[in-house]
Amino acid sequence: MTLVKESGGPASAPGRPATAQFKGRKRYGEMIIVTVLRAAAILTVLTTIGIVLALLIPALGFFREVPVTDFLFGDRWAPRFADASFGVIPLITATMWTTCIALLVAIPIGLGAAVLLSEYAKPGLRKTLKPILEILAGVPTVVYGYFALTFVQGTIFRDWLSLETGAFSVLAAGLVMGVMIVPTIASISEDAMNAVPQSLRQGSAALGANRMQTSIRVVFPAALSGIVAAVVLGVSRAIGETMIVALAAGNQARIVGGPLEEGQTMTGFIANAALGDSRVGSLEYDTLFAVGLLLFLLTLLINFISIQFVRRFREEY
Amino acid sequence: MTSIIDSGTKPLGHRRSKFSGEKTPQALIFLILIWACLAFSFLFLLILIVTTFIDGADRFTLDLFTEYPASSPDRAGARPAIIGSAWVIGTTAVLTIPLGVAAAIHLEEFADKRKWYNRVIELNVQNLAAVPAIVYGLLALAVLSLMGVQNKNIVIGGALALGLLILPVIIISTREAIRSVPIEIRQGSMALGASRWQTVWRQVLPASVPGIATGSILALSRALGEAAPLLVLGALVFLSFDPNGLLSGFTTMPIQIFDWTSRPQAGFQELAAATSILLLGLLVIMNGLAIFIRNRFQTRW
Repeated sequence: MTLVKESGGPASAPGRPATAQFKGRKRYGEMIIVTVLRAAAILTVLTTIGIVLALLIPALGFFREVPVTDFLFGDRWAPRFADASFGVIPLITATMWTTCIALLVAIPIGLGAAVLLSEYAKPGLRKTLKPILEILAGVPTVVYGYFALTFVQGTIFRDWLSLETGAFSVLAAGLVMGVMIVPTIASISEDAMNAVPQSLRQGSAALGANRMQTSIRVVFPAALSGIVAAVVLGVSRAIGETMIVALAAGNQARIVGGPLEEGQTMTGFIANAALGDSRVGSLEYDTLFAVGLLLFLLTLLINFISIQFVRRFREEY
Repeated sequence: MTSIIDSGTKPLGHRRSKFSGEKTPQALIFLILIWACLAFSFLFLLILIVTTFIDGADRFTLDLFTEYPASSPDRAGARPAIIGSAWVIGTTAVLTIPLGVAAAIHLEEFADKRKWYNRVIELNVQNLAAVPAIVYGLLALAVLSLMGVQNKNIVIGGALALGLLILPVIIISTREAIRSVPIEIRQGSMALGASRWQTVWRQVLPASVPGIATGSILALSRALGEAAPLLVLGALVFLSFDPNGLLSGFTTMPIQIFDWTSRPQAGFQELAAATSILLLGLLVIMNGLAIFIRNRFQTRW
């Protein structure tokens, strides 16, 4: 007897058990089909191995010429100058500025929207508001980049506010990137809040708490691991985002000291250097992959943390 | 046996539970704040769309569709970029959708979840979904270099990068569509003597086509707007010919927008805005189609 229907959960949850063993004569045609299907699944693992090899081999070539310590701790990034220097710290400071600014925008707005959609909005209202919010995630990042460069930096910062800033700034890139990440954070934390059992809310209401107190003191802590997972995923998207920073953050690799300065992020460097048409096997070509490897490892680490948090909040109830 | 949901009575939702003290000042300020969060996002979207339209409306003419890029903004158009986008997205769809659906069927219907290697594949798909787009560009660049391809900016190379980028998205959405088919359908089919593959091919897959179509269209619309991986392949922007095959050089709309945006002349900025209008319009159509398919064809079991 089933009381509640099994419904489709997230793809990460372990699915149904494989259907019971089929008795009958062996069908060779089917065995071929299943092998083809399995090959398709294995290809996804090969993609990952391919990424690792594709990044690692040129990066190793790079590290044969440039010591790892010089790369990680050097504070001057000038791969194209005659006296080339490969300290990645300037790229990291720019990445940190844009990521932090983006999160300062995306976390409060995303969580606010999630509370509204999950705790306050009636189902009908939620059904209209949520897709509109998700349009934000569908706007091409190059269009966001154009907007950040022309409207946010050009019109708002320079014309209206008369801020002392050049054509580019990490602030404009970070702000716009933050809005781009809002749907990511809102939608995952809303799922986490929806997973909090009704009994907790009813208990809270029975003790005389209003909806705000219930949201902040009961639902929010109960959904915390899901919310953390959403934020962590937001960090990973902010670090990996390319087109907004390539257009609006500028392309001078200097250590960034303030939000109105321009700076080149790790992704911005890859995008810019790739335009320069560097020869296969040259140090310049290998530099791309060294930075790419750092970026990949960073997002992989962050993503693993996120998956762990998601797993925790799914097992809780 | 009747289930709660089927019998028509809905379980008591929290929205029916009675909260007291809803009108206290703090509660009202909180309500205003969370509405402001949503309002800010919507206002941002509105301003983005309106400013793009204002900037680009003058250049959103037939010339945009028929002219080739030029050094002077007055004579330039986005024709090769539009055709190039069609080529790359079409190739991506042909390469990726069958592969993604096959992998999803294996993971959902045939793989034994207790085996460690199947769990590794699942975890791996999740991880691939969060790899930055530009890394897929580096992967495609390395693969093409390995194969000794001189000109890396070819349609098949771009489709390779974008295809690997959206493969995890297609796998995840297909798995969700397959999982929403009730197990009773499979059991019924197998009770009548169908084999496992016959069950999947004749019952499960037809039932999950709307979900697969929705997921695939959304994934392709993401690929359509993506520029970073193609930029790494060394994007051409001054194409004076129409891309016409898998080995042809190409440029796409996002790459063209990127190039025009980074030029100082105001005329190119207007062209970038006009191309953005076209791109946004296409995305709205694709998303609308996905929503339509989901609402119109999805079976409620």
